[in-house]
Amino acid sequence: MEFLRFATAGSVDDGKSTLIGRLLYDTKSIFQDQMEAIEATSKQMGNEQVNLALLTDGLRAEREQGITIDVAYRYFATPKRKFIIADTPGHTQYTRNMITGASTADLALVLIDARHGVVEQSRRHAFLASLLRIPHLVVCINKMDLVDYDEKAFETVKEEFRNFAMKLDVTDLTFIPMSALHGDNVVDRSENMPWYQGSPLLHHLEQVHISSDRNHVDARFPVQYVIRPQTNEHHDYRGYAGTVAGGVFKPGDEVVVLPSGFTSTVASIDTFNGPVDEAFGPMSVTLRLTDNIDISRGDMICRPNNQPHAGQDLQAMVCWMSDTKPLTPRMKLAIKHTTRTARVMVTDLQYQLDVNTLHRQMAPGSLGLNEIGRVTLRSTQPLFFDEYRRNRNTGSFVLIDEASNDTVAAGMIVGSGV
Amino acid sequence: MTITTYELSHLDQLEAESVHIFREVAAEFERPCLLFSGGKDSIVMLHLAQKAFWPARLPFPLMHVDTGHNFPEVLEYRDRRIEETGARLVVASVQQAIDDGRVAEETGPRASRNRLQTTTLLDAIEEHRFDALFGGARRDEEKARAKERVYSFRDDFGQWDPKNQRPELWNLYNGRLNQGEHIRVFPISNWTELDIWQYIQRENIEIPSVYFAHQRPVFSRDNMWLSESPYVTRSDQEEVATRMVRYRTVGDMSCTGAVESEAQTIEEIIEEVSATRITERGATRADDRVSEAAMEDRKKEGYF
Ligand SMILES: Nc1nc2c(ncn2[C@@H]2O[C@H](COP(=O)(O)OP(=O)(O)O)[C@@H](O)[C@H]2O)c(=O)[nH]1
Repeated sequence: MEFLRFATAGSVDDGKSTLIGRLLYDTKSIFQDQMEAIEATSKQMGNEQVNLALLTDGLRAEREQGITIDVAYRYFATPKRKFIIADTPGHTQYTRNMITGASTADLALVLIDARHGVVEQSRRHAFLASLLRIPHLVVCINKMDLVDYDEKAFETVKEEFRNFAMKLDVTDLTFIPMSALHGDNVVDRSENMPWYQGSPLLHHLEQVHISSDRNHVDARFPVQYVIRPQTNEHHDYRGYAGTVAGGVFKPGDEVVVLPSGFTSTVASIDTFNGPVDEAFGPMSVTLRLTDNIDISRGDMICRPNNQPHAGQDLQAMVCWMSDTKPLTPRMKLAIKHTTRTARVMVTDLQYQLDVNTLHRQMAPGSLGLNEIGRVTLRSTQPLFFDEYRRNRNTGSFVLIDEASNDTVAAGMIVGSGV
Repeated sequence: MTITTYELSHLDQLEAESVHIFREVAAEFERPCLLFSGGKDSIVMLHLAQKAFWPARLPFPLMHVDTGHNFPEVLEYRDRRIEETGARLVVASVQQAIDDGRVAEETGPRASRNRLQTTTLLDAIEEHRFDALFGGARRDEEKARAKERVYSFRDDFGQWDPKNQRPELWNLYNGRLNQGEHIRVFPISNWTELDIWQYIQRENIEIPSVYFAHQRPVFSRDNMWLSESPYVTRSDQEEVATRMVRYRTVGDMSCTGAVESEAQTIEEIIEEVSATRITERGATRADDRVSEAAMEDRKKEGYF
């Protein structure tokens, strides 16, 4: 059975909590004691019906304010798949949380209220999903019951969204008309909308093809940890542990190690359960090489005829996440990219992107919390990277403020050079 | 010709993610430690840690925060696993903390050493200067946990600030500590109870016998079965009867409830878990029942 990780986004009151509650409820993922707890709370709050949205309202502070302020993870399964939902808050000020939840998602689910159509938040969510290159985007046009399950209302919102999405890099876009409250097209096909020919949401989530979304072409193995048992039994053992970040590795493969440039051959791919014939992402394995060369954490093992960019200058889109200071040119930060940590300087801030209009404001001078912009970085050490669009693992990084140790930016590499 | 699809099963993906986290922490922290209670989650964690560093030994010790109210079967299991793996065990003893006057024992029929664990744990962290503690919490267990990051930062008092969590992106973990901070790391955050059982089955991992159905003298309190033991005071209404039960979690004997069950094998447990309609914590932890926000409050205080 495979996993599907998906992120949900929607502006407040579009029905996101209700939808998730419904998915959990209809797939029988809600436990009796949880149900009793929300029944009691619903009564206390004076709700007539059980409020399924309460299921996903986590922390007490949020309960009091009635909003979702942080990414919450939910789990459910059907006989076909296991699902992890990264439930992300919709407010502007929580763009960073949405990015957190979306960074590992295979699919993004954006909710739109059929009565209101595409609003600023929908555009931002769609844009962030495309920026993070979530391969599949599902737009749930919700509250169809409030527009009489009218096909035209659905088509209008759909066209509006499509027009915006054309400007984005979205490969797989699906629209589903639904009523989360009444369960239309969530798990079961809606009898109120016979004009809709597509799948209900859950069926779509079960079927969408994701294994080919990962990069299985460019072999990349960032060395994470060197294993040297130094026991009698494994006296000369020297293994390079890590998670495959791209492509496929097999014993006998000729490899090159960066930055040293030494070449060798994969002697074996070890795991606790014995050697394996091949390793691909996201397997965590240990490579042994035929030659004794000096390799440490942060080095990159790849194939001689297919190497990542190696260099100190990179172009990237960053989302700034600090509420205490803005990003400014000449700023110095720590970077964590694959298993390598270095320092970088922001050599240029070319433009800020307006996430609603996609307008580029040139030379903005600084980037504030939740703002997205294009930067040039120079690092103190060479980094081994690919474009984010080609490989989410070797194309992503985080920036860390060295004074507070906070993670202050998420970065997606666009290219090399200045 | 066979067509390779490069698909990993969900258990393989979970395992790979956990192993990645173990290695990352071992690479970036100076003094990690794995919290080991002998419960199924910590057993799976130990197994994953072994996988992460094989054929080397674990590059960090295990720590048992010992309330003194242990199931004998679990203690026996703990010691055997320590011997087999050659790992180093640190025992942080609540009894010792009581004897030293660091904490005061609660009294009355509902007395529990649960809260005292926090002080004992924090003392041990300070004594051994641990900077990263692996814990077996899962996000499916409880609402407050659903929002916790894999790396959870704690201040000097072990407190968690849910509003001030670092964003956690891709599989890039920021492990930089401020003065006086340490982290709790949750490598099995994304596992569900069912995943744990399926993995125990697939990997053929031995677990303590209390997890299987057995005859035990129990009494009913708050709709769950508590084991008769020297550590709990019963009221006159709380009558003991022998029943067929098993545990879904193991912890302090005085507040860990058993469920009625006939499940004698992992297969049967999986069947029961798949059909069960009560969350693990709801069914078996007296301490979480106090209020819906109980877990959140305790976390802020420095509990696991
Ligand atoms: N009529 C109708 N109301 C809905 C639907 N989905 C959600 N709602 C209501 O819209 C309000 C906001 O829903 P909620 O799930 O809390 O929104 P969230 O802020 O996006 O999580 C609640 O009163 C829901 O009952 C729907 O499909 N139809």
